[in-house]
Amino acid sequence: MASSKLDSKIPENGNVEQKWTKYRSTVPLINPANKRSIEVIVIGSGLAGASAAASLAELGYKVKVFCFQDSARRAHSIAAQGGINAAKNYQNDGDSVYRLFYDTVKGGDYRSREANVYRLAEVSASIIDQCVAQGVPFAREYGGYLSNRSFGGTQVQRTFYAAGQTGQQLLLGAYSALMRQVNLGQVQMYTRHEMLNTVTIDGKCRGVIARNLITGELERHFGHAVLLCSGGYGNVFFLSTNAMGSNATAAWKAHKKGAFMANPCFTQIHPTCIPVSGEHQSKLTLMSESLRNDGRIWVPKKIEDAKAIREGKKNPNDLKEEERDYYLERRYPAFGNLVPRDVASRAAKERCDAGFGVNATGEAVYLDFAYNLKYKYGMIEAHKHGIKNPTEEQLRKLGKPIVEEKYGNLFDMYKQITGVDPYDNPMMIYPAVHYTMGGLWVDYNLMTTIPGLYALGEANFSDHGANRLGASALMQGLADGYFVIPYTIGAYLNGEIRTKPISTTHEAFEKAENEVKEQISKLLNIKGTHSVDHFHKKLGKIMWEKCGMARNSKGLQEAIQEIRALREEFWKDLRVPGTDKEFNPELEKAGRVADFMELGELMCIDALHRNESCGGHFREEFQTEEGEALRDDANFCYAAAWEYKETNNWELHKEELKFENIKIAQRSYK
Amino acid sequence: MAKGLFSYSIGKKFIMGLTGLFLVLFLVVHCGINFLVFLNDGGETFNAAAEFMAHNWIMRTLEIGLFLGFIAHIAQSIILTMENKKARKIGYAVSNANANSKWYSRSMSLLGILILMFLIIHLKHFWIVSRFTDHFSSGDETLYMEMKEVFENPIVVVIYCLAMIALAYHLMHGFQSAFQSLGLNHKKYTPIIKKMGLIYSILIPFIFALMPLAFYFQIIK
Amino acid sequence: MKITLKVWRQKNKNDQGKFETYQLNEISEDMSFLEMFDVLNEQLINENKEPIAFDHDCREGICGMCSMYINGRPHGPLRGVTTCQLHMRSFKDGDTIVVEPWRANAFPVIKDLAVDRTQFDRVMQAGGFVSVNTGSAQDANALLVPKDDADKAFAAAACIGCGACVASCKNASAMLFVSAKISQFALLPQGQAEKKQRVLDMVSQMDEEGFGNCTNTGACEAECPKNISLENIARMNREYLCASLSSEK
Ligand SMILES: Cc1cc2nc3c(=O)[nH]c(=O)nc-3n(C[C@H](O)[C@H](O)[C@H](O)COP(=O)(O)OP(=O)(O)OC[C@H]3O[C@@H](n4cnc5c(N)ncnc54)[C@H](O)[C@@H]3O)c2cc1C
Ligand code: HEM
Ligand code: HEM
Ligand code: SF4
Ligand code: F3S
Ligand code: FES
Repeated sequence: MASSKLDSKIPENGNVEQKWTKYRSTVPLINPANKRSIEVIVIGSGLAGASAAASLAELGYKVKVFCFQDSARRAHSIAAQGGINAAKNYQNDGDSVYRLFYDTVKGGDYRSREANVYRLAEVSASIIDQCVAQGVPFAREYGGYLSNRSFGGTQVQRTFYAAGQTGQQLLLGAYSALMRQVNLGQVQMYTRHEMLNTVTIDGKCRGVIARNLITGELERHFGHAVLLCSGGYGNVFFLSTNAMGSNATAAWKAHKKGAFMANPCFTQIHPTCIPVSGEHQSKLTLMSESLRNDGRIWVPKKIEDAKAIREGKKNPNDLKEEERDYYLERRYPAFGNLVPRDVASRAAKERCDAGFGVNATGEAVYLDFAYNLKYKYGMIEAHKHGIKNPTEEQLRKLGKPIVEEKYGNLFDMYKQITGVDPYDNPMMIYPAVHYTMGGLWVDYNLMTTIPGLYALGEANFSDHGANRLGASALMQGLADGYFVIPYTIGAYLNGEIRTKPISTTHEAFEKAENEVKEQISKLLNIKGTHSVDHFHKKLGKIMWEKCGMARNSKGLQEAIQEIRALREEFWKDLRVPGTDKEFNPELEKAGRVADFMELGELMCIDALHRNESCGGHFREEFQTEEGEALRDDANFCYAAAWEYKETNNWELHKEELKFENIKIAQRSYK
Repeated sequence: MAKGLFSYSIGKKFIMGLTGLFLVLFLVVHCGINFLVFLNDGGETFNAAAEFMAHNWIMRTLEIGLFLGFIAHIAQSIILTMENKKARKIGYAVSNANANSKWYSRSMSLLGILILMFLIIHLKHFWIVSRFTDHFSSGDETLYMEMKEVFENPIVVVIYCLAMIALAYHLMHGFQSAFQSLGLNHKKYTPIIKKMGLIYSILIPFIFALMPLAFYFQIIK
Repeated sequence: MKITLKVWRQKNKNDQGKFETYQLNEISEDMSFLEMFDVLNEQLINENKEPIAFDHDCREGICGMCSMYINGRPHGPLRGVTTCQLHMRSFKDGDTIVVEPWRANAFPVIKDLAVDRTQFDRVMQAGGFVSVNTGSAQDANALLVPKDDADKAFAAAACIGCGACVASCKNASAMLFVSAKISQFALLPQGQAEKKQRVLDMVSQMDEEGFGNCTNTGACEAECPKNISLENIARMNREYLCASLSSEK
């Protein structure tokens, strides 16, 4: 049953190709003079936030931007490596808006909203134009034209990139546009500020409460509309590829004020990350997906060998070919090492759980370049040099420069972190939490269920369904900010031009601020015995083990109980040093972890209710005989939007997903 | 010229670079003329050249330019050094700057002060005597003989030699630095400039230092 | 391994500050430098003392947030590496490590090892952008950029804004940072229209923020975690002189 509280506002007009164009031309406009008296608050300065803030400021709105880092340029988007997709068809390989749309819906395992994804594909080309005009130095060919590479889940070359620092360059582009507006006085920046509550007046979002992280002062800010561009919540798991500060607080506070949280259990786990090296580990580092082109993944065949390697008694290079289990090639002969992220991740976990892990913690598999280095590149080179019957050593020498040229920087980074040279030893890798497809439920306008409150970028749930394709998050963040919100916000603000700025002495502000004050003083006054990290690690462990790569009903039920118990302990035994009137990173963390404790529970509840496997959500009870994900389109073809009622209690609302342009089909990689 | 160019950081660098290069050129000329003492002709050629330099209005005018260059270089260096000191009022407890830069690059003002001290002594020895006293007017006393006299004193010789070492280090940084300050940095030419700079900064002070030594050890008479 | 840490502690901007010495006994050489600080902070919290405040976020060497002056060098002993990417295997058992915040008048200490770098933002606001509104761009491939220029512009744009250049420069000069941005735009056709005004405005703002002058010491280049080249400073000087001499204002 579709819920009456969820109106996706998908334009009725026309088929999917026409909806956006037609809608765009009919959204109400606001005249420039009126824009000047409208204030918009933007939380977050990542790709979504910076692009939205700059674009709105260019239109004439008065904008305030908040971020918790010391500069807008440091938002987590800066860390994205691989690239950004766009349906430019510069390579003449048959790409089109439809194909990008199709790939994204299919990649998302048919759990996204068609109209949104089509719009995303449609505006993707303009993003590249815009970024190039800003001076983003994308990779180029010798002729001066833009270069493309291919990425997982697609058969065309549509990924634009700037070495391994695409996110950085795109963000700096958006940041520079933002700085320009600050210079013009259109944007006011609030760095080292953390938003800790939203303010609702007569059912509409009217502002936020933010804490100045240097002085500890609480501030009230009014806005005719508030955009949450606060990123993803992968850090619920404690260990993830996300930045240390990435958090759910902004979204969660909004959720508790009435914004629905959609598909919170959809988490992407990336298969190739540097494994945990010990209890001290604070975060995980991604090794680009591109490595799987030439690296072969294996573990020892015999469990004794795995044990000997773990104890340091054996070296992986000692194991002969026939003593190795190339499990991906064994299980998926057609795709081999290039199966999609979710499949590769689950297979690694399966082997390690069975006792074949190869590092001290038992949670790592090998990604081995020796074979291709010698027998692929080495052979080609030997051939070029006319060497007949080359020795192993010769092949190694000949192949190494080729591998170095392709992956040099990644190999260096690996060596820096692990101290092991991947040219001589196989890399050790393990899956890690990387991205959250779930997020605040938004309609076609990107508005949450609270009028006037929007969610953009990774913070919303909209476009990636149950699994995101590589290079699509950057695209979505910038699409939302540059080309969607500047139009769709008019639909709401048009009704607000007569709303005078509401004084921040209004009782709603008072109340929201008191809520924040209360939480802070509660946190500071527990004066227990354990640090925030202590609890965060425990939460992460529960989430990773029971709501991670593979989930089952029993585990999830246990997890819910364990999280509740942990939360109780947290509120009894937490120790936060220092005061609230100073720069206090422990206090910041405490607030974030307090929210993760609640969000974690909802993720488990969502995972438990979804009795199917799809994309990043794998329920062990729902798999085919070969161990593949089994979707249930008859019962679960919907977005699950959760409404917060009270502690431990949520109400489920379903947004039915209709596929009118793409035929639903099963995915297979055998 | 733009208003206030020289009040901005880069404008100041520009002055340092220009005056520095100008002084570099002066040293070539000065060194060239002084080199004549090595002809070992009892100072005949050298004296003639010095005579020409001293009693020629073009040269006297150029000399004023030279002094202005020195003053500008020194004044600007003092301003820069003071400003730069102010940019970091609280220093580091531990600094391992040798890991990232050369000591003489970091000690340009110190080296400059040493050169300045030398210059004062030096001008007193020769220039003041030659321009403002009637020491040489009689005709039988020449600048060459003056040099011979001055460099009989071993202390003076030591001072001169030490000063030339300071000058060498000042130039080792200064020569290439001036090009960088003027915005001249090029993948192909900068390495050449750096090499030329190194040769220059060793060769010129070395030749200068040879003079007092040669007089003192009576290699030239 | 055992490590002795001498860390700068300063309660806030106005506090005097002093060094405190800490002993860490169980440090694994696989730990990153910041993870060692996590361990120390956990220890301090358990002892009911105040943990050390330091800036960090991505821990992948890209956000530019981490900023420790370690044994007399910004980001520690390795070249081309940020503090967060430094690992304990770069130190020996029994070492004493001295950790200080960036020191520059323009970067006042906020607390302990965290400093205020908003000055960089203001320099960017003065001109570190191309004035193009969303929507007015032409097709991306209508502008050809020679690969060489694109690569050079990218190398300059790789700056992470960490401030190690300022921290290492004996004059606390920000020229490497500023020149990297100016170079990026000077090298690209997109940056040409505003090239003169940009360099004049950014340099003027840089001076106003209280950074020192560059005397071409080269420490910044050697310590920059992203290997930003001194060539950029020369380019900025050149751009500045041309702009300044031909400016009509
Ligand atoms: C290692 C890594 C590599 C990736 N590589 C790619 C890739 O190659 N291609 C791709 O498409 N995607 C990639 N992604 C995903 C992509 O980077 C992110 O999904 C995307 O950048 C998110 O952007 P955002 O603007 O939504 O949020 P973010 O960039 O995360 O920004 C969040 C902002 O919100 C602010 N904020 C958060 N909470 C608060 C609060 N309470 N108060 C005030 N401010 C707050 C923060 O300060 C920050 O400015 C990668 C992700 C990771 C982790
Ligand atoms: C004949 C004598 C001298 C020569 C040939 C000379 C040459 C140079 C050169 C070429 C530079 C580099 C300029 C640049 O980087 O742009 C320089 C810098 C400098 N000089 Fe001199 N100099 C001389 C004397 C002095 C004296 C007498 C002083 C000071 C009392 C001095 C102080 C400095 C300082 C502080 C710098 C560093 C500033 C900078 O590099 O920008 N110099 N000098
Ligand atoms: C060590 C070897 C040197 C010797 C033997 C030497 C000798 C002389 C002599 C004889 C004169 C007088 C010339 C005249 O009056 O016409 C003179 C002048 C001068 N010297 Fe030197 N000099 C030496 C090094 C230097 C150096 C290193 C500098 C600069 C840093 C320098 C700067 C000057 C200046 C500025 C004058 C006066 C200006 C002029 O008359 O041209 N000299 N020197
Ligand atoms: S130039 Fe280098 S050292 Fe300076 S801020 Fe940029 S990255 Fe850091
Ligand atoms: S170290 Fe400083 S002096 Fe110039 S070359 Fe770098 S800014
Ligand atoms: S924490 Fe981001 S660069 Fe070090």
